[in-house]
Amino acid sequence: MRHAVGLAVVFIAFVAAGCGGGSDETLTVYSGREEELVAPLFEMFTDETGIDVEVRYGDSAELAATIAEEGENSPADVFWAQDPGSLGAVEDELGALSDGILGMVPERFRDADGRWIGTSGRSRVIVYNTEELSEDEVPDSVFDLTDPEWKGRIGIAPTNASFQAFVTAMRLAEGDDATRQWLLDLRENDVKEYEKNTPVVEAAAVGEIDLGLVNHYYLYLVQEEQPEAPIANHFLEAGDPGALVSVAGAGVLESAGDGSNAERFIEFLLSPEGQRFYVEDAEEAEYPLVEGIEARPGLPPLDSLEGPSVDLTSFGPEHEATIELLRETGYLT
Amino acid sequence: MTRGAVRAPLPLVLSAGLVVALLLLPLAYLVVRVAGSGRALEILGEVSTWRLVLNTVLLAAGVVLSSVLVAVPLAWLVTRTDLPARRLWATAGALPLVIPSYVAAFCLLGFFGERGLLSDALGIERLPEVRGYWGSLIALTLATYPYVFLLTQTALRSLDPSLDEAARGLGISGGRAFWRVTAPALRPAVGLGALLVALYTFSDFGVVSLMDYDTLTRSIYVQYKSLFDRAPAATLALLLVALTAGVLVLEYRARQRGRLYRTGPGTQRPQPLVALGRWAAPAIGFCAMVVGLFLVLPAGVLGYWLARGLVNERDFAMPWGETFNSLGASALAGAVAVLAALPIAVLALRHPSPSSRLLERLSYAGNALPGLVIALSLVFFAARYASVVYQTLALLVFAYVVRFFPQALAGVESALERVSPRYEEAARSLGRGPVQTFSRVTVPLVRTGVLAGAALVFLSAMKELPATLLLRPIGFETLATEIWKLTQVGAYSQAAVPALILILSSAPVLYLISSAHRFESGTPG
Repeated sequence: MRHAVGLAVVFIAFVAAGCGGGSDETLTVYSGREEELVAPLFEMFTDETGIDVEVRYGDSAELAATIAEEGENSPADVFWAQDPGSLGAVEDELGALSDGILGMVPERFRDADGRWIGTSGRSRVIVYNTEELSEDEVPDSVFDLTDPEWKGRIGIAPTNASFQAFVTAMRLAEGDDATRQWLLDLRENDVKEYEKNTPVVEAAAVGEIDLGLVNHYYLYLVQEEQPEAPIANHFLEAGDPGALVSVAGAGVLESAGDGSNAERFIEFLLSPEGQRFYVEDAEEAEYPLVEGIEARPGLPPLDSLEGPSVDLTSFGPEHEATIELLRETGYLT
Repeated sequence: MTRGAVRAPLPLVLSAGLVVALLLLPLAYLVVRVAGSGRALEILGEVSTWRLVLNTVLLAAGVVLSSVLVAVPLAWLVTRTDLPARRLWATAGALPLVIPSYVAAFCLLGFFGERGLLSDALGIERLPEVRGYWGSLIALTLATYPYVFLLTQTALRSLDPSLDEAARGLGISGGRAFWRVTAPALRPAVGLGALLVALYTFSDFGVVSLMDYDTLTRSIYVQYKSLFDRAPAATLALLLVALTAGVLVLEYRARQRGRLYRTGPGTQRPQPLVALGRWAAPAIGFCAMVVGLFLVLPAGVLGYWLARGLVNERDFAMPWGETFNSLGASALAGAVAVLAALPIAVLALRHPSPSSRLLERLSYAGNALPGLVIALSLVFFAARYASVVYQTLALLVFAYVVRFFPQALAGVESALERVSPRYEEAARSLGRGPVQTFSRVTVPLVRTGVLAGAALVFLSAMKELPATLLLRPIGFETLATEIWKLTQVGAYSQAAVPALILILSSAPVLYLISSAHRFESGTPG
């Protein structure tokens, strides 16, 4: 019997720990950004403001669907997503951000209705194996990748939101038919599929593939682990869908109530400290979006990058059609 | 007075009914959800859907076949022949039981894969890939053949040698006697094993994801993660339930046909052992191959990574918090499961009636519900209608209980079966009330069996991956989710520490279960 009492005490302690009451000053963030990339930013925020942050990590689309499902009941205060599509998908659940926040970032990197704002920028690139190819051998347009020359040599991550954003950009810039054809041709060319961006870059590093379609910053993540890896980024020609410049962004949920802590968090992400994180502290190297903070040395300046002329605000409404196309062409089951 | 005539007390019936209603909740809500989406027919009409079904069935068939091919000969060798070191092979052959299938998968990937240990050791860049169908097949065979092995061993031990002798007496040769007499007698055990293997494969999520093989579970998860629309994931989940239920029905039908009992009176004689003679060497080779691939290889890989981590120290961190969370959530699940199983077991065994039997049958629903399916349904349900428990430990534990309830019920029922109702009747006639009788007489008598049931649930919950991934509260990492996270970024060697803790922490519980079993069945341990 004494054992039973002891066990019961342990259980209760455990349940109490598991439910974790916490103080009133907490903020719940649904983060579609990976823990290994952004966890330090949350710590910096708590150190500075004393506000505890509970973070639920997941894929951006998963969290968007979760927010839609939860509706009024959502425990989330802030949704921080990897792509504009996921943010756009739940724009009905997001409240308008204050003008003070919106003014911090150029117009092309935020929602036209002011419901979400970009927090860091990224460019689509081709990562390539430098032992197999020199930079001038790497195609300048994604449309060259369907050439038989690249058969079996290309890697992509079709379930990843960043790849899907790129496909949306191609649809908006070139039309559905051209995009469908490109996807089918790429499949004909024995493109290799990976779960996420990092494995694509790692595959390029070991020569499993020669070219990979990824966001520019994953290169730095892999180089952190393997400094000698023979890989480099190639930025594509201006206007090419493969040169899409997109953002990770955040919005405040309407269910968050007064939302002042939530806005404080977004302000922090856009503060000099929050923006310099990408330049100085992070293992990866995204682009800061706030004026006056330079990107990491070695990166082409953000202004010099020119993707296809598409409006990031339309990525949300277009997302479903992109998924449908990816299913139709066999990239998603 | 017959036992059936005792009317079940109302509180007992009510609590059993409540438990069953809760157990059926995930399935019921999934049906409602799919019906409400209006897209089910469209999704069922797609070719890709049926390709997933085919992939799933092909994998299950392959794993069943390879498990039987590995387990039955191994079981025969260690029970019926003069194989050298039989007990050692028997133990080593059953040990892969403690290795979670996804751990097996990442060990195989870390060993055979690109930049894996083998290609490092051989200095070869590219080896034939152990991924996709074949990779999944090997990892799942490792995880499942021990079930067939243990069941077949038990069946072989209880075979009456007189059957075999009678066949030979009728002039049938040894080899043919095996096929005519022994093999049919093994059929129920092997069949049950095959069923367990098929169910395991249908519900597996970790292996097929790591190995990159598209089955229903993997696709459900990918669609859940990457689509804003949840109708496809829900529809596929229901399809998976239908498939699982189909297999359960098939097995049930097969079991109805022919059984073999020992009919003669008296105790059974020990069986004579078959002398292997010149076949001894190939037999040892076979055993060594099985044990080498399914036990030594994963253990070696994990051990190597652990050693390397200890030397480098850079990647080495003890996952204390995760261990605590895993142990706590699983222990809760075990305790809640047996508590919930008690009213149903008492009702079914002490007050048998068509309705109590129906309640008991229904409570086995967890067998047909893969963890991912339960989790998916509960995520949907709680987000909308039960925000109090949403993203809490309670919901996670509830999912474990639904999933593993049959194990708890089997444990409680088998213990209760062995307690004669005469004891309870005696207590009642001496003036004890029903509650007192239950707590003072019944509970102490069934304690060991109940503990074994709780321990089984505990073990399964420790290893459970998909439900934990979907339902854990914010910031609540377990050993399983930690392993998953690390393997997702390819950090196999860092996953070795949580994997080893998971394996080692289940070993003592397994030992307890087997000793409880020996104690109850009265054979000397």
